[in-house]
Amino acid sequence: MKFGVPALVCAALLAASGCTDNAPASTGSAGDGRTLSVTTSDTACTLSATTAPSGPLTFAVTNTGAAVTEFYLLASDGLRIIGEVENIGPGITRELVVSAPAGSYFSACKPGMAGEGIRAAFQVTDSGQPVGPTGDDATLVDSADEAYGHYVGDQIDQLLAKTKEFVALYTAGKDAEARALYPRARVHWERVETVAESFGDLDPKMDAREADLEQGQKWTGWHRIEKDLWPGRAKDYTPLTAAERKTYADDLLANTEVLHERVEEMSFTADAIANGAKGLLDEVATGKVTGEEEYWSRTDLWDFQANIDGARVAWEGLRDLLKRKNAGLDSQIESRFTDLQKLLDQHRAGDGFVTYDKLTKAQVKELSDAVNALSEPLSRIAGTVLS
Amino acid sequence: MTPTSDKSAKRGGLSRRGLIGSAGAGAAVAVAGAGAMAATGGAPAAASPSWSTVAFHGAKQAGITTAAQDRLHLAAFDVLPSATRDDLVQLLKDWTAAAARMTAGDGAGPAGPLSGPYDAPPDDTGEAIGLDPANLTITFGLGPTLFRDAAGADRFGLAPRQPEALTRLPHFPHDFLDASASDGDLVVQACSNDPQVAVHAIRNLTRIAFGRAAIRWSQLGFGRTSSTSTTQVTPRNLFGFKDGTSSLRAEDTAGIDAHVWTRPEPKAGWLEGGSYLVARKIATHIETWDRGSLREQENIIGRTKAEGAPLSGGHESTAPDFALAGRAGAPLVDASSHLALAHPEHNNGVRMLRRGYNYVDGSNRLGRLAAGLFFIAYVTDPRTHYIPMQAAMASNDLLSEYLQHIGSGLWAVPPGIADGEFVGQALFT
Repeated sequence: MKFGVPALVCAALLAASGCTDNAPASTGSAGDGRTLSVTTSDTACTLSATTAPSGPLTFAVTNTGAAVTEFYLLASDGLRIIGEVENIGPGITRELVVSAPAGSYFSACKPGMAGEGIRAAFQVTDSGQPVGPTGDDATLVDSADEAYGHYVGDQIDQLLAKTKEFVALYTAGKDAEARALYPRARVHWERVETVAESFGDLDPKMDAREADLEQGQKWTGWHRIEKDLWPGRAKDYTPLTAAERKTYADDLLANTEVLHERVEEMSFTADAIANGAKGLLDEVATGKVTGEEEYWSRTDLWDFQANIDGARVAWEGLRDLLKRKNAGLDSQIESRFTDLQKLLDQHRAGDGFVTYDKLTKAQVKELSDAVNALSEPLSRIAGTVLS
Repeated sequence: MTPTSDKSAKRGGLSRRGLIGSAGAGAAVAVAGAGAMAATGGAPAAASPSWSTVAFHGAKQAGITTAAQDRLHLAAFDVLPSATRDDLVQLLKDWTAAAARMTAGDGAGPAGPLSGPYDAPPDDTGEAIGLDPANLTITFGLGPTLFRDAAGADRFGLAPRQPEALTRLPHFPHDFLDASASDGDLVVQACSNDPQVAVHAIRNLTRIAFGRAAIRWSQLGFGRTSSTSTTQVTPRNLFGFKDGTSSLRAEDTAGIDAHVWTRPEPKAGWLEGGSYLVARKIATHIETWDRGSLREQENIIGRTKAEGAPLSGGHESTAPDFALAGRAGAPLVDASSHLALAHPEHNNGVRMLRRGYNYVDGSNRLGRLAAGLFFIAYVTDPRTHYIPMQAAMASNDLLSEYLQHIGSGLWAVPPGIADGEFVGQALFT
């Protein structure tokens, strides 16, 4: 019997799923007229076909010229961009994948990236296959961008307020209160960490860990103060003097003020929001779930939650658009956010979280697996909403 | 156990090659065969004609400009506190003899895996019996701690001859080094196209060293990540990109002379014509990398994933045009891309002979692949040819988000070994 079971399972699987059929899906594969080649030189734009059946179209664009080129699929008005691929260097081939309903279009190569480009009519015939609506996607993108901009601004406002409070406690020597506020202030940084990090001059001054430093570089920012407040894991640590404390505190506050000014002028794109969500999960995977971020205070789970919060907001802003493009992906992301949150909630203590050292290896592994589970579909948002 | 040539004559022996030659005719017959000739230290026996071997003796050590093999086993050793200068010299002699034999397809010891007294353990461990050496090379290097230990003590009377460049590599930003996977008094790089042959070499050299030196750490690599000959295609690293495209190739002898072999240094004449081996164990965050869009991946590397062409255009071998701008005037090759930061044009024209390997040490406690690049480069001087570039890359490279340097080592690689000499001999005379 022992040997019979796998055979039965296998037969059942075959019957149920038809898993012997490994033939590629017909949609979009070569040979169905939806994969086209485009050769763009400095003076010509040659397509392998000027008509294609509606559905997902792939244009493989090869630049045979000497100038950098671009390729566009334009709507019949010659203005609205259905899809584009830019920055194609000489000799390079890039693919443009677009979903195009039946209708009249223009193809355009733009050697030198200037002018109207070399245009020609392009026809998409009705294949009978449904193609997702593309109508007012632009409106949805705009509102997502606006909402995310507000969120970032709000978080940095709160970061600034709490940082002021924090450095006041720290310089006054009120260590217990400063320690209590530390993770609470940091969550506002962590929620928009990918935005904050995009300022390459500020991030190393504000959020560097000791091992991140260059030889001779002065260590400043949150983690420098963290070590001073939680020196327990340090060997032969010399506490900072009151004057040193003030130096580091003033520096952190000044940099936070610069950050605050800069984000006021920022605007976002759907691409940036989606990739920001992915980036926040990457931060969780490489820093928080491993307990490396808050080495001294062990408050990594606060940051973990904050990164997840930020990723959730980014996804929520894009949901309407995402549902329209791929509802299955959206609901998968929703359920995986829920799963991850359930796991994280097990480690709550008061209004915050237990310290990282309280987690067992099995619990860390469980969290890591849930992060991977969420990150995979989350990383597909950008490609989906931009298609 | 210190195998020496005078003992070998008495023990006779069956080499790996001898066994092949006898084709199963039995040990007693084979003792008188080709293997015995090799064992006496005389001219190498006729190799199996299909076997691939690389000459061990020569003006340069093998395993540097040798066409990169597919597999690596590299081991760093510490000389035991109890060992004397004589012990160290004898170890290097014994290693040299064993390496000469193994790279020729013979056993590690003069007797070989199947000969010698029946009541004694064989002087070769046997797992390479019948295996083609598959271009096995064994390359030796001497670390800074051999000259001055961590406390600054000159254990072997070598400190006055320590080259200026031979010091522990500095701390670079984001380094997360594991001391137990870094440094070492000695290093042995074994490369072969057969992983078992490479492991066999390290295993037997380790056994020979017992009582004088012990392994500090070792690393297996399974896929070469660079080419050292124009006859080799550029392989891919675990990021899926072609790696080491602009690495030096053996055929570029002027480039090799300029960038790989050491310059004369009065107090370190023993190293002249040698090289420096820089090793870095670079863990890669494979899982997060895989979630990056193709656009991001290509932008980070600065090359196309398909062919490895620079994003400024052309083919893999086309020189990148860092000035060529695309949309909004931004350069097609990002200034912080790996290509831009590693390119000779941005590093005072310095080039390296890269000889790294992919590695996967199973998985870690989070169930992620413990994988990455075991970076190896041979350079004329790490102060000009590695340290400045790594300092810039660690701070600015877009790729550094997906990397973590967890191991590090630097060794001086003495020049080649003439027949009858031992590796590093000039240092001790």
